[in-house]
Formats: sequence, C-alpha cells, structure tokens
Amino acid sequence: MELRKNYFADVRKDGLNEIGQPRPRLDSPGHVTGKTAYFADRNFPDMLHLKMVRSPHHHARIRSIDTSAAEKHPGVVKILTAKDVPHNVYTILILIQIGPEDETVLADGKVRWKGEAVVAVLAETERAAQEAAAKVKVDYEVLPAVFDMEEALKPGAPLVNEYHGQNHYLYDSGECRKVRFGDVEAGFAGADHILEQSYQSSPIEHAPTETTGCVVAPEGNDRFTCYTNTQAMFFTLDNTSIILQMPGSKLHFVGGTVGGGFGGKVDVIVEPIAILGAKLTGRPVCFIYSREEEMQISSPRAAEKVVIKDGVMKDGRIVARKVTGYTDAGAYSRHSPYGAQKGAAHYPGPYTIPNVWIDTYCVYTNRTPSSAMRGFGVTIGDFALEVQMDKLARLIGMDPLEFRFVNAYRDGDMKAHRQPTEGAALIECMQEASRAANWPVAEEFMAMSSYTKGA
Amino acid sequence: MAIRRGRGVAAINYPTGMNLGGDPTQALVHSTPTGNFMVTLSSVDLGQGMKQIMAQICAETIGVPTDRVSIDTADTDTGPHCMGTFASRGTHRAGNAVIQAAKEARQVMLEVAAEELEVNASDLETDGQGNILVKGAPQKSISIFDVALSAHFKRGRSISGRGMFLIPRSYPEKETGAMKPSTCYAHACTVAEVEVDDETGEVTVLTVKNVFEIGRALNPKMVEQQLVGGSWMGISHALYETTEPYYPNRDHGGTDFNQYLMPGPGDLAETEIIVLERPSADGPFGAKGPGEMCANPQIPAVANAVFDAVGVRIDTLPITPERILRALKAQAAS
Repeated sequence: MELRKNYFADVRKDGLNEIGQPRPRLDSPGHVTGKTAYFADRNFPDMLHLKMVRSPHHHARIRSIDTSAAEKHPGVVKILTAKDVPHNVYTILILIQIGPEDETVLADGKVRWKGEAVVAVLAETERAAQEAAAKVKVDYEVLPAVFDMEEALKPGAPLVNEYHGQNHYLYDSGECRKVRFGDVEAGFAGADHILEQSYQSSPIEHAPTETTGCVVAPEGNDRFTCYTNTQAMFFTLDNTSIILQMPGSKLHFVGGTVGGGFGGKVDVIVEPIAILGAKLTGRPVCFIYSREEEMQISSPRAAEKVVIKDGVMKDGRIVARKVTGYTDAGAYSRHSPYGAQKGAAHYPGPYTIPNVWIDTYCVYTNRTPSSAMRGFGVTIGDFALEVQMDKLARLIGMDPLEFRFVNAYRDGDMKAHRQPTEGAALIECMQEASRAANWPVAEEFMAMSSYTKGA
Repeated sequence: MAIRRGRGVAAINYPTGMNLGGDPTQALVHSTPTGNFMVTLSSVDLGQGMKQIMAQICAETIGVPTDRVSIDTADTDTGPHCMGTFASRGTHRAGNAVIQAAKEARQVMLEVAAEELEVNASDLETDGQGNILVKGAPQKSISIFDVALSAHFKRGRSISGRGMFLIPRSYPEKETGAMKPSTCYAHACTVAEVEVDDETGEVTVLTVKNVFEIGRALNPKMVEQQLVGGSWMGISHALYETTEPYYPNRDHGGTDFNQYLMPGPGDLAETEIIVLERPSADGPFGAKGPGEMCANPQIPAVANAVFDAVGVRIDTLPITPERILRALKAQAAS
C-alpha cells in the first residue's frame, strides 16, 4: 500500500503522534495464538442445545404440528412453538419506525420460505436436539410460490406476506422510494444517444469464519446474560425485549469480539428464541448455526435487478439518467426496505447529471429473507452503473476513463437528492489510477480538481 | 481458441454511516489511578480492528501513547449505547464519540496538572509520551502517572469524560426524494486486468490496481488489511459467489465451502493499493468509512475487463465460465 500524501495536503494536518501510525493491533496476538475468547468459548454445566425444525416448502399452510414423538425422545427438555413466543410477529427496524411487523419468530399457521423456523427443540445434547427435531411432524398444505421479482409484482401473483398485503414494501412515497430531479424526459429528448440496459445479481453469502450464534445463561435473579456475536448489541437487546415482552433491564448482552460479520449478524434471529428457552427451562442454552444454516438459512445479500436508461451527448455529457432498482427481500423485510432506500439515495452514482429519475422497489418473494451485507443498496448498483458507464463510453467512441472525468461530480455540484456535493475526491482517484495503471488520459483531465469547476 | 487479455475501469463513491443518519454512538473514558485510560463502549469489533482504532483515537486526543489505553467493549451492563457495527459507521461514529469523551477527560487531567504545577491549564501541553509540559518551558513538567495519582488520592477529581455522536435523522421528501443520506463519502477507482480463456470461459484476474480516498488512514497497516481484503471480496463477488447459482431458481445452492465457490490464495490477483486522504469535515481526524466501499469497484472493473478481452457483456452476476461461454456462443451465432 502507498499513501499519496501530495493530494489534499493543504487541508490535512499530518505529523500526529498516534494517528497515522501503523501501530500493531493490541488484539492480534490473541487472535493468532487462539487465545481470544469468542461467544462459543462459553460453556456452562447443564447447557441445553437448540435446534430448529425448518420448513421443507417454499410456501405452505401449516395444518397441524405434532410434537408428541419428539417430546419422548431421550434428552429432550423443551419444545417451543409459536404460541410460546410472547410477541411472535416482529420486524427489526421497528426500532427506527420502519414497519409493519411482518415476520414470525416461529411460524404460525404458514411458512413463506424453505428453511423457515417452525419448531424449536431444546435437548441435553446437540445430537438429541437434532434427532428429536426430525421426529416433529408438521402437516403442510403446499401453496403456490413465487421466486421471480417481476412475476411477484404482476397482478394475481401468489401473495408472499399478508402483513404487507402486496408483494412490495409500501413507502410513504408509495410503491417505491422516488428521487426526481430536473426533467428526465426532456433530457432524453435532447440527447444524441439513448441506452437502456438491465443488470441482475443473485444472492450472496457473507461467509464469516464464525457462524451466527449465542450462548444464554440465566443469572438466577430473573436476568439473562446472552453471549453473542451480534454486530449491534443494543439493537439486538431492544428487539429481544420487544419479542419476549421482557423489560430491557432483565437482559444483559456480552459480545464485541466477532469472527467476521459483513452484515450477516445485524439480524436478530438466534438471541430471542435462545433466551426464551433459557427462561422456560431455567437452564443455559446455546443456539449456533451450522455452516449449512449460515449458507442457506441466514440472510444473504439480496439479489437485485437494476434497469438504467441514459441519455448521452456526443461530447460525453450524460444529460438524463433513469434508474429502476428492484431488491429481492425474500419473504420478510428485515433490512431490505432500508437497503432499497439507500439505493435511491446513491443513484445516479458519483456523477453530475442534470435530469434524474429514480425508483427503487423492495420486492417480496418466497425465498430466504435477504438483509444487510457489506455495501447493500450500493454494491450491485455500482456494478450496474459502472458497466453502464463503460457501455456509454464505447457507444460514443470515448475512452472509458476520460468519459468518467467529463461527468465526475465536484464540490458544489447539486446531487439528485438535492444536497450539494462536499469533499469530493473522485477526480483525484481517477488521476492516480490513470498513473498507476498506465492508462493515460488527456492533459485537461489530469489538470482537473474536485475543488472547483474551473478546470 | 485462445487466452485473451483485457482491462476495465470503474469509479465509485460510498456514504459513511447509516443511510439518512439517526444512528447514535456513545463512549465513556476514564483514567485509572496510575494514568492509564479506559474507553468503555458497546461497539462491536468484527475482526476489522475497531478496538485498536478507538485506542489510537483516544491516545491521540488525550496525548498518551496508544499502549496506555484499553478498550472495554461490548457489555450492555457497562458500555453506553452504540447503534452497531455496520454501514461503514464504526470508526466515524464511535471515533467521534471517543474524541469528545477523551477531550473532556483531557481537560480534567490538565486542570489537575495545572494545580500541581501552579500554572494555568491553558498553558499546558502533552508530549505524547506520557508527560504534561508547560508550553515554552518544557523543563517544568509532570508525568500523567503522577497527575492521575494526585487526582485520585489528593485532589479528589475524576479524570473522565462522556462522548456522544449523532447525525440527526433525515426524512426523504416523498415526491422529490430530497434528503441528506450522509455527511461524507469515500471514493475509489479500480483498474482490473484479466485473462479470459475463450474455450473454457474461465477468467483469471491478473492485476487489480485500487485507488481509495478514505479521508484519513488512522492506522495505515490496518487500512491496508481492510482494503486488500475488500478487493479480494470484490473479485469474489464478480466471478464466484452466489447461494443461488440459477437464480431465481432456488436449486443448487451451496451448503458448505466445498460447494460455495470463493477464490483461494492461488486465484488472487496481484493487488495494488494506493490511498489518498481528503479529510472529511466531520470525521475523527478526517476519517471516512472505507469498510464497505473497498469491495465495490472491483466488480464492474472485472466485468468491463472481461468485455474488453472477449467482446461479450455479462450483465448478470456472478460472471461464471458458463455465462461467458453462452455469451460467446450467442455472439458467434449472430
């Protein structure tokens, strides 16, 4: 790695004692010698193991649940179903007023994705819990499922989630989050070329070294300590408090050392049910995802579809950009309404375009709910935007890097969401990339600056 | 049939912190009797090194070496609230809270030192090595060790501070989408060079040259580890990873690392990282959040390089050999 101190030296104070110094990490000796304690290093006498009975169907009505054979399985201590969960229907972003509550801790009457938790089994050993889970009999009436976002949005599509009433999230702005800036149709009408293209991604797994999980110990005084690898301590505590209808003062969360998150541990999935198990049995409980659960049950990055229509001039200026983004939330909201909205704020990318129209949709389908993942709302959008930029440059016969200089945002430029640009540095990054990659661009671009328009 | 070479570029920006703000973080700082400092948080270290960075930020602000600072996180009985570690917010939000808490603690420390040295607190400065000096007269000094002892046992002062950082929440205007998503943005430009085997469809990423603008590299070695890791993840997203290979079909999803493809060490490109620093107006020492954005530009840069190499556009991720071969076949047919 090289630090290029010549850029922005006039606005930076160097020469500090500790900041800017490559100090060795205080925690790395523990990590590399195996001495760092993670949540799963906690082990308590009499600890129970929790395993989930999961839906084998993408969409089905639950006619009945028979746990009698599982209850008799040696080592089984407690079996939990929807009726045991005090506030079974929840949604995590209710904490920041993004509702409605649309997801069940344990399925109640219906499953909406293959792998959804239906029954929790608590047993003396992991093996006993697993074996007993296999003995739980659930009678399903399979329902038609929808997996494709476009199909889901068509009239007559199977309804994924009754709590929404339609297969997309309803924002205060309507069926999508909107950004309107300038007059996009006038921009297209005056453009030399129009290019409309569609981009698609698939769900992606966080693949942390440490799978999602927690260990819960009753403290004996009606309080519960939850050792967890959540990425957000109080966010998880507060949601647990709602789900269990338990005052936050009864909950004590300990964490902060996590073997990789990437957004996968911002959902609140394992803690509430494990604490409920500890409360109802009076015994410590551990609930740790297997690798298979981490891969197919825990939320992935959402699949996205991005449609971009651009109007571009022969001289390289983009004069109009219309983006329609679709985020595949799967069966439940989790963080996806937030992610789709973040996309609306991000488009049209780091470029100054006078006419912009953005619609971003959060769509429900019968698949594993997606949620937060490193850059969500932006990562796939950037893939779409930057491939589109390459296509536009080639369409008008311009060098792809020079084409970006023509459109790059600079301090003071008004963004589509009506904030003036501050602290821009795209131009300088591209100038340095031009040098580093030996990809020469015209001198006028190397002389540009993010500071002013006067290049 | 041949191995064909191509290169592609992508340029991006990325917001720091939770979209639309409203995501607070707090910190508490106090000194021990012998002048070590404890930062109490409920922020989570995901392995990226949050604890180390908070220690360096506290040390710089108070004016002691980093090894005099310990981080106590994340226990909800003792640590004040943090919204969480996500949205590239940890360093920016918690760092600002730590600075505010450490400034308050530093002020008490200087006041106690001023009493011991019989000068005004405003005439004192720290040397960064654990001592407090009179400005312009460095022979007149006292160690922070002695200042802490005095505060605890003689002067009855608590060398401590409270910190809080909150960007007020912005609500998008319904019809226009007018809003304030973030207060600062990191930037990047990546050039990727690939080889594509037009017989097998396999892509080899030869080199990735990444330029990142991150506000301030608080610890350059840790910045490097995060940026290199992110660059790797970007390549992985571009070419390998998905839990649903035939999306929207649900079948054939991997359930372990034998079935879920990610590049191994042998698949990693020669990676170059160049860092620029344009300090943000509201970041701790100017820092922005590069944690997420460093995995983004490689994806389109690789996609564009594949087109440059073989002349087909793969607009669906991941860019698998199957998709490349199908596109080449369609191209040959037309």
